[in-house]
Amino acid sequence: MMVRVVLPPHLRTLAKVKGELTVEVSAATQRSVLDAVEEQYPMLCGTIRDHATKERRAFLRFFACQEDLSHESIDTPLPQEVAEGREPLLVIGAVAGG
Amino acid sequence: MSGVRVLVGTRKGAFVLTSDGKREDWKVEGPHFAGWEIYHMKGSPVDPNRIYASQTSGWFGQVVQRSDDGGATWNPVGNKFAYEGDAGTHQWYDGTPHPWEFKRAWHLEPSLSDPDTIFAGVEDAALFRSADGGQNWQELPGLRKHGSGPHWQPGAGGMCLHTILLDPSDAKRMYIAISAAGAFRTDDGGETWKPINQGLRSEFIPDPTAEVGHCVHHIAMHPSRPGTLFMQKHWDVMRSDNAGDHWTEVSGNLPTDFGFVIDVHAHEPETIYVVPIKSDGEHFPLDGKLQVYRSRSGGNEWEPLTKGLPQENCYVNVLRDAMAVDSLDKCGIYFGTTGGQVYASSDAGDSWKPIVRDLPAVLSVEVQTLP
Repeated sequence: MMVRVVLPPHLRTLAKVKGELTVEVSAATQRSVLDAVEEQYPMLCGTIRDHATKERRAFLRFFACQEDLSHESIDTPLPQEVAEGREPLLVIGAVAGG
Repeated sequence: MSGVRVLVGTRKGAFVLTSDGKREDWKVEGPHFAGWEIYHMKGSPVDPNRIYASQTSGWFGQVVQRSDDGGATWNPVGNKFAYEGDAGTHQWYDGTPHPWEFKRAWHLEPSLSDPDTIFAGVEDAALFRSADGGQNWQELPGLRKHGSGPHWQPGAGGMCLHTILLDPSDAKRMYIAISAAGAFRTDDGGETWKPINQGLRSEFIPDPTAEVGHCVHHIAMHPSRPGTLFMQKHWDVMRSDNAGDHWTEVSGNLPTDFGFVIDVHAHEPETIYVVPIKSDGEHFPLDGKLQVYRSRSGGNEWEPLTKGLPQENCYVNVLRDAMAVDSLDKCGIYFGTTGGQVYASSDAGDSWKPIVRDLPAVLSVEVQTLP
């Protein structure tokens, strides 16, 4: 299945992509989608989740279908709309600072 | 005709400033990596087109960029800095043990002989090396696992390894400095390390003459005299003439000996430069007057250099990696400020002018003298 992913602008620049990207996965979970993103765009390794622990970086959040999925298990299936490509998985930088 | 390329890392991107050998007219390119903190950029001494940049962000972590065409285009290389073995703990600000955690690369030092080999000084303090142009990084764990490692404590800016000096006369000798552990030397290519802090005195630590624990801000060396080192400590300007085995204070007549930068004239190994800063509590020049001080005697006797620098209402800082020299005749001196100015002198400091005035806060300045 093809999953759509929207990255924050700084990571789009780093990966040299415009707009959203798509990755192919067999089962749509945070882990499988981010594994596929990092395989396709290796320069993103370490920028969304930790190299070793694979934990989400503290100031990033994962949203889809207007829900915050950041604290879901990384192996929980993503919403059906994401798995079917009707909605993207959003990687969002926290509004931090003042 | 020869020329100069100035590599400027700022809080919000990288800038490349170029001029011919006259150093009068400058072309400013950037920002590269807009919006990211660029802690440091440095070119390979053996291939000036090869430049490395440390790009960091509180959101996205560490990226290392490499240019193979003098800074015109860039590509990300490896950013995995994994401590060797069990990372262990160091001391936190309150004295409790705190796990070693990678935060960012403060300083990148390309090898003197191989453009693909580069050293990285990182926070939490450790030294890494890449032998493949920055694709893969391995820690040199002998430093961090020096017996004193568990007692190192961060300075106010974090526990950073910020200075790396490679000895041009001895490929196995290297100096590094850590805030706030102090200076260390290896004589065996990084396998083992020796603290070289004898003679330093820091009143703000429990034992002012401790073997480690000193807040060294920067160290400079002239390549023709690699055994002579000049140090800007938190307070005190110091020199060593025996490869760091012992230091003596050379603050002399400086109006304040607090500061961050120190550098050496390209052709006169006893001519050194500092930018005095009022105090550790007030990180700006004395009386709002931005002054570089030059000593032509390797310290102790200092003269203020003010021509072209603001002499009123100036309250910027000059951070530890934000001064560099070119090797043209006359020697050019460059420094950047937290107010976004990059000042240049093409006459060894006698007079100054800003190359640019309104960049983001400058974190680092390096210079390449081009053929």
